[in-house]
Amino acid sequence: MTDTVLSLNNLKAGYGQTEILHDLSMHVDANEIVAIIGPNGAGKSTAMKSVLGLLNINSGSVTLNGTDITDTPAAKVVRLGISYVPQTQNVFVNLSVQENLEMGAWTRPVGIPERLAEMYELFPDLAEKRNQAAGSLSGGQRQMVAMAKALMVDAKILLLDEPTAGLSPKYRGEIFNTIQKIKSTGVPIMIVEQNAKQALGVADRGYVLVDGANRYTGTGADLIADREIARMFLGGGH
Amino acid sequence: MWDAFGFEFVNFYLIPGLVLGCIYALGAIGITLTFGILRFANFAHGELMMMGAYLTWTIMAIITAVIGITVHPLIAAIPASIVVIYLFFWTDKFFYKPFRKADTIKVVMASFGMMLILRSAVQVIWGPNQLTFVPGIAKPNAGLMSWTDDIGAILLIPNKHLLIFAGTIVFVVVLSYILNRTRIGKAMRAVSDSPDLAHVTGIDVDQVIRATWIVGGVCALAAGVFLAMDIQLLETTMGFRMLLPMFAAAILGGIGKPYGAVAGGLIIGLAEELSAYPWIGTEPLLSPGYKTGVAFAIMVVMLILRPQGLFKGRSF
Repeated sequence: MTDTVLSLNNLKAGYGQTEILHDLSMHVDANEIVAIIGPNGAGKSTAMKSVLGLLNINSGSVTLNGTDITDTPAAKVVRLGISYVPQTQNVFVNLSVQENLEMGAWTRPVGIPERLAEMYELFPDLAEKRNQAAGSLSGGQRQMVAMAKALMVDAKILLLDEPTAGLSPKYRGEIFNTIQKIKSTGVPIMIVEQNAKQALGVADRGYVLVDGANRYTGTGADLIADREIARMFLGGGH
Repeated sequence: MWDAFGFEFVNFYLIPGLVLGCIYALGAIGITLTFGILRFANFAHGELMMMGAYLTWTIMAIITAVIGITVHPLIAAIPASIVVIYLFFWTDKFFYKPFRKADTIKVVMASFGMMLILRSAVQVIWGPNQLTFVPGIAKPNAGLMSWTDDIGAILLIPNKHLLIFAGTIVFVVVLSYILNRTRIGKAMRAVSDSPDLAHVTGIDVDQVIRATWIVGGVCALAAGVFLAMDIQLLETTMGFRMLLPMFAAAILGGIGKPYGAVAGGLIIGLAEELSAYPWIGTEPLLSPGYKTGVAFAIMVVMLILRPQGLFKGRSF
């Protein structure tokens, strides 16, 4: 049994009075990629945001390395080592690539030059664009900036909300390769994805969410192989 | 070329226009930063500017009374800046922060109320009448006058105006350094860009807001003191009179864009002064009484034709 890094336990949560997650439980262990898939409106992104303290949690808990972080405000969650990349508006468009990365390091302002060098090694495309405004980059490159920015801290876990949404197939492949590279540096990843097949392809485990609760759980390979899941969620061939 | 025309145009229209432009620019920096980072139009900005000038006057008077020497307003402005920064902090803490998560209109109205409170407070403390800020007639700088006379293009610029030019340049250079080279300055730009992303990036937004008030407050104080140095007197309506041209400057430059505010300030200042130049015939093109109208006209035209401003700020 490996160590559990992040765990959501019997979570009931939503925005204001509207409950979106009805009894959701999932966990991410050390050195694994966990994919959350499911139809639109199933609460995939909401599940992620509940970790960030961005919505009302009615019952249940969130723990990081065994410590309860339920209802902790986002700024503090980040300081605890949970790095989050939102689906949209995930870079500061008027700041240069390098400034974006520096802002990513806000909660850990030491050793920035070394960290930047590591990021430019992990994302070589960004090195030559370091002084360009992030807003001038293509969608795929922006996603790289957003991921690099999130990794500027000593992330204990990386949360990616639909990192390939709206990207061309070429960039999609590149993002999934990068995700595997990040995993190999020892950072576990929780990823919410529309491109379910590709996500399950790189994931160690997956959760299929329907109506704010987890319907199926299994290894990525098992979920892809499951005929019912394939028919319901993968058939569309995103 | 430097005939009577050039002499009059440069010394009596262009230079006063630039002086006014510098004052507007410094005031507009604070307005545009507040708009970009805290996302509201701060109507009390002109009043805080005016209060800074009054505080500077009081500190000058105290120094004269205690040690018997007259200090330059810019020296007295240094201790005054601390008080002004705290004024900005307190107005934020008690009047703006409670509305931070509410609709923008509420905090705008709060700032409107703050404007009236501050002006009334100044009238209660210092009285409603004009006060002399710096006595005497400002003579043109003699060195500059004789040097430019030698090369045939005589410039009549009093020292106070040279100080305002130099001071504005220093402020803009320091501001540019802060925004582009320091951690907190980059964070100010980040929050201006996207407060939500700044939040989930873990940026300490409260710290950024404090930095914004400090930068905006110091620029407002400088604008207030420069204005008082220029007109050599203090009156309780001086901040309010500046408010409209400063908003016009911020909008012209692009909301949330500090360099835009500087460019906008200079353009509005020049436009106001040059509108009174006798371009056609011998009479002023526009009576000087309509100066503020020029700023207003530029603001309205800009909002209709190019609401994002010259520097592509936020449109609203």
